[in-house]
Amino acid sequence: MNDLYKLNSDVSCCWSCKGPVIKHALFCPTCDVIQPPSDIDHFVRLGICRCYVLDLSELDRQYFHFQRLLHPDKFVCHTSKEQILSQAQVTVLNEAYETLKNPLKRAYYLLRLSGCVDIDLITKTTNSDLLMEIMEIHELLNDADTVDEIKVIEDQINAKMILCETSLEKAFVKENLDIAVELTTRLKYFKKLFEESSSRKIYITGINI
Amino acid sequence: MLLQINEPTSRSNKNDVAIGIDLGTTNSVVAVVKNGQSLVLRDEQGSGLIPSVVAYGDDGSIVVGNEARHELLSNPQIVVSSIKRLMGRGISDIKSLVGTLPFELGIAADGGMVRLKVSGKTLTPVEVSADILLAIKARAENALGSVKSAVITVPAYFDDAARNATKDAAKLAGIKVLRLINEPTAAALAYGLDNHVEGLYAIYDFGGGTFDISLLHMERGVFQVRATGGDVALGGDDLDHSIAEVFLSERTKLFGNETITSTEAKQVLSIGRMAKECLSINSCGDWVIKINDKSSRHYLDLKTFESLITNIVERTISICRGVIIDAGISVKEIKGVVLVGGCTRVPLIRRRVSEFFECNPLVDINPDEVVAVGAAMQAYALTAGSSTLLLDVTPLSLGIETMGGIVERVIPRNTPIPVAMAQEFTTYQNNQDSMLIHVVQGEREMVEQCRSLASFVLSGIPQMVAGRARICVTFVVDADGLLTVSAKEKITGIEQEVSVKPSYGLTEDEMTRMLRDSLEHAREDIKVRLFAEAKVEAIRSLLAVRAALVADGDLLSIDEKSQIHNALESVESAIRDGVIEILQTTVATLEDKTKIFAIRRINRGIHKRFD
Repeated sequence: MNDLYKLNSDVSCCWSCKGPVIKHALFCPTCDVIQPPSDIDHFVRLGICRCYVLDLSELDRQYFHFQRLLHPDKFVCHTSKEQILSQAQVTVLNEAYETLKNPLKRAYYLLRLSGCVDIDLITKTTNSDLLMEIMEIHELLNDADTVDEIKVIEDQINAKMILCETSLEKAFVKENLDIAVELTTRLKYFKKLFEESSSRKIYITGINI
Repeated sequence: MLLQINEPTSRSNKNDVAIGIDLGTTNSVVAVVKNGQSLVLRDEQGSGLIPSVVAYGDDGSIVVGNEARHELLSNPQIVVSSIKRLMGRGISDIKSLVGTLPFELGIAADGGMVRLKVSGKTLTPVEVSADILLAIKARAENALGSVKSAVITVPAYFDDAARNATKDAAKLAGIKVLRLINEPTAAALAYGLDNHVEGLYAIYDFGGGTFDISLLHMERGVFQVRATGGDVALGGDDLDHSIAEVFLSERTKLFGNETITSTEAKQVLSIGRMAKECLSINSCGDWVIKINDKSSRHYLDLKTFESLITNIVERTISICRGVIIDAGISVKEIKGVVLVGGCTRVPLIRRRVSEFFECNPLVDINPDEVVAVGAAMQAYALTAGSSTLLLDVTPLSLGIETMGGIVERVIPRNTPIPVAMAQEFTTYQNNQDSMLIHVVQGEREMVEQCRSLASFVLSGIPQMVAGRARICVTFVVDADGLLTVSAKEKITGIEQEVSVKPSYGLTEDEMTRMLRDSLEHAREDIKVRLFAEAKVEAIRSLLAVRAALVADGDLLSIDEKSQIHNALESVESAIRDGVIEILQTTVATLEDKTKIFAIRRINRGIHKRFD
């Protein structure tokens, strides 16, 4: 009798009232106590459908909804066990949110869900066209002396990134992983360029003070 | 027999008031939310400020606040001020401050946090802060009765050591910290909840010893920090200091070189402070300095004052610029800027801030009190429950030292907390059996340019070729912004964990000794705390079993039910009686009596799923 529930992976046991809890539930349906985070993917955790292009305001809405339920601030007067579980829940919730919010991390994540391993390795490019493109923008950046000049270059980089993102959506829908890897690689390099332009901007304004 | 069901026992104790404390460099403020209204607790003169100044008399007396500040002019050698600048600092951290800090400093034997020598005593900054907190607590208890818990604010840019030191000080003062929150976030709460401000806002917080800038998005009760930056060694003290320097150089012209004691330096600094405050309202003024019976008169007008402090003000503006770039936004997207801290009364600062942010700053709430008001609101929200949501970030990147003294970032700055991130590292030499994990905080590439938080050794790595071992280092930052680091060798499973504390903090032993020394009723306090914890746990069990009875009570026989009811009643009466041992026994009995019930409930749950 005792072992019966172990056979069924769908139902687990509430740590507090020992009653049955459907796996993935955040709270026990009987005693309403917070449960440990379950092993689900980021999309399921945030309750949004799994695709590359996301409605970011919906992502925020869902994130805030779950934060309101789970945040450690809601458990200050509860037992330390509940506080630990709340921290664990929100830690994975934050990870899910940070991953899905960021177009590059989201692409990495979808690749991983599709079974790609060693993504850092497969997104290293030997494509000389891409490298040339990057080098050119890189040199433009180094020659830029004013914030306005940098802004023009930033707009160029931004446009390229947006193009990558729209094409990525198509690639993921068609489950064309090779193209998705290629586009993710492009996005990664442009993202790096964008970060470079930001630090260049800080550097230049620093000098002008 | 009908089941009897009690009112669900409330989880928080309604009689305990939770307060909000702004533990400032120059002044501290305490506030509370009462009947839905926030209220700053004031002295008889109506002032909400408690100067963060402590005078240690030779007779062992400790005086905090205005009285202590008066001693600064007459008896400065017994007075400690601006202690916040030393929280969590080692001696090497504060070399640049030595001129501005008129204390005699001592070094801890273990190279830990700095010590001060005052009136024959050696004190840590934690103890001095605890004395200030005790005075704050006394003011609160005077007005509200018993106060046990608080939300305490810290500068957003405070590092891990300084946050831990603040928590330790509260522990010494017998205050339970519900949460450490960042000062700019607290100010935003006060504005967002009271004035219904919505959108993206900047909080410019220029206090006595620290400068913080935070970008926050506020919408329908959600306060989301987008980016934060600052300088923990830049504050109003520096403005005082630049005035004092001018006055002293004028004296040198008059009387030639003088040697000035640290006591006299304190006097000149407080004259600098008075001049700054005066020039925030008036266009000029003059002040007299008397040292070694030689008096000198010093005139200063607003224009000269502003030229003296331009560099400092521009530094704050350039930090703002960096944070805005960091957040990937433009100034135009910012709807408004909130001013916090006494320094924001300086006209030049107001002017530059409105120029830079292209809008008139918000000052509806007193900039000295707004942080405490926000903290009080959060204290209320945490204890009484609310739909407000505060989502904060790590202010500084966290990483570990790798080969060649290069920092490998594990958690980048502006990551939402709580957060856990892991990174894998490997060995450098063949058969390397241990590894030094050196945890640092900061934005620079090299270890020596960052702040060292702690280091520990992971030993017992089995013999392997260099690069084979897989050491997984995990960083966890909790909701208070405090860091814990653990390291694990994946192949063998050897594990080590540290709560990041040692470098410039206090050791557990030191804390225990201080607690023993300083709290007259330490033992009772611990007993009370232990019972309170056991009570929360017991209430959880009561609620759980009652809920289960409502849902599945029909699974029990009359006899089983009455046994469980008896057990519930014993727990309830043990809660009332207040004896911890009895409470623990009754809770254990309750658990024992409900075991069979639990098994039947699980089985029913599974059958429901299958049907």
